[in-house]
Amino acid sequence: MKRYTIKEISLGFVMFLILWEALALAVNKPILPSPLSVLPIFIKLMAGELGIHFLVSTLRVITAIFAAIIIAVPIGLVLGQMTKLNQFFSPLISVLYAIPKIVLLPVVYVLFGISDFSKIFLISLILFFQILVVVRDESAGLPKTLINSVRTLGAGRLALLRFVYFPASIPAILTAIRVSIGTSLAVLFIAEQSLTEYGLGYFIIVRAYQSLRYKEMYAGILAISFLGFLLYYLIDIVDWKISKHKADQ
Amino acid sequence: MISIQNLDFSYPDNTPVFKNFTWNIKESETWSVLGLSGSGKTTLLYLLSGLIKEDWGELQIAGSKITRPRPKTGFIMQDQGLLPWATVENNIKLGFKIRKFYGSDGKHSPIDSKFDKKLESEAVEYWLERLSISNLRNKFPAQISGGQKQRTAIARTMVLKPDLLLMDEPFGSLDIKTRESLQNLILDLDRESMVTRITVTHNLEEAVYLGKKIIVLQRTGQEGLIFKNPGAGPTDYKSSNDYTKTCTRLLKVMESLK
Repeated sequence: MKRYTIKEISLGFVMFLILWEALALAVNKPILPSPLSVLPIFIKLMAGELGIHFLVSTLRVITAIFAAIIIAVPIGLVLGQMTKLNQFFSPLISVLYAIPKIVLLPVVYVLFGISDFSKIFLISLILFFQILVVVRDESAGLPKTLINSVRTLGAGRLALLRFVYFPASIPAILTAIRVSIGTSLAVLFIAEQSLTEYGLGYFIIVRAYQSLRYKEMYAGILAISFLGFLLYYLIDIVDWKISKHKADQ
Repeated sequence: MISIQNLDFSYPDNTPVFKNFTWNIKESETWSVLGLSGSGKTTLLYLLSGLIKEDWGELQIAGSKITRPRPKTGFIMQDQGLLPWATVENNIKLGFKIRKFYGSDGKHSPIDSKFDKKLESEAVEYWLERLSISNLRNKFPAQISGGQKQRTAIARTMVLKPDLLLMDEPFGSLDIKTRESLQNLILDLDRESMVTRITVTHNLEEAVYLGKKIIVLQRTGQEGLIFKNPGAGPTDYKSSNDYTKTCTRLLKVMESLK
């Protein structure tokens, strides 16, 4: 995965703003305001109301990511090593994997109440299956010679998990999170649209869109896009740090 | 040191490899194992290492039955099995980390293991220098040559002070020059550490150069043929008459097995 420089990212932003401005000029309607009028509002709101919604959403996503990692990784590692157990659960996992988790939103609300937990749970659920599957496949696919040679250094099952299987699956975990960020934010956006008073989904839909405050709505859209960008960028940095061994081969 | 009595072993598909196999090894002996492909050379090392278990019979090392990898047995494989995400230095430290993970339980690490950070890093430094790879300490396995990887694997094993060293075609994939320099290194280590060593190889000359004793595995159910090769050890052994004679003799034996 190519790591973008600050220069490239800044250039990307400028190009994005130019495209936006061009579209705004072409459409020329209140539903697509110019970035020049949205950006000052975005900055002002991020220092106040929008900033709080941004923080709440960020916390929900980050908590969901960590919860999913903590639960899915051990299960994935175990399934990856226990062929029979994996064969037993594999059909079930592939069926559950395919369910679009957002449809469970009402079920989750009824079961766990209208709470932060429900929203975090739903996002975790998406990430859970992604991470579970890649960790399972990654740890099952490790070369036998690698495992055997580490066993001759004294490693039993636990040390193999700690020193071989887990570090080997970190890049796969990052990939799983990367491909699920879009869906996670989409689910967050939908889950925050109702039955809450905080979060970017609430801000965009209830506070801005429903009262026809289009510029504020765009400030919210910018905020959730920024959150997505931030998460991608964080993952890239971690990935780059731990994938040094793949550099200059 | 090692006693194998009436050992039977079959692959999971029931193909027998060893039947009533017996072999005894004394401390500090250096053995080479020869045999046609499929004769069970590698399987024998895996049995000795404790990675696989015999079906029947007895396999003892230093007086204990082998049920799992023994902490004081080192195993060097052709495909070195280095962690791709760890540097040369961290790969060499891996054994220490594993031992620390379990503590001195006598099962995963020797019962008398001491965890002294200073002694450990001194040992790592020693082996980095001894194997001429200290300039590569921060490189990853994918960034170094096959010979350098094998040196790293040897350092990773030797740093744990094994009393038994098993080597499975250790230099099989290396070019002739690298192969020779590593063979000489192994002979140097024999003199320095008095380790008992068993080297599996399909290369007859390597077997004669590295082993003071040579066992040729025959067909399943037949005993291994044992040859003494007391001249092995010095690096100039290759230019001696004994070396040529032993090679010629073994070549005939190998031909007769086909």
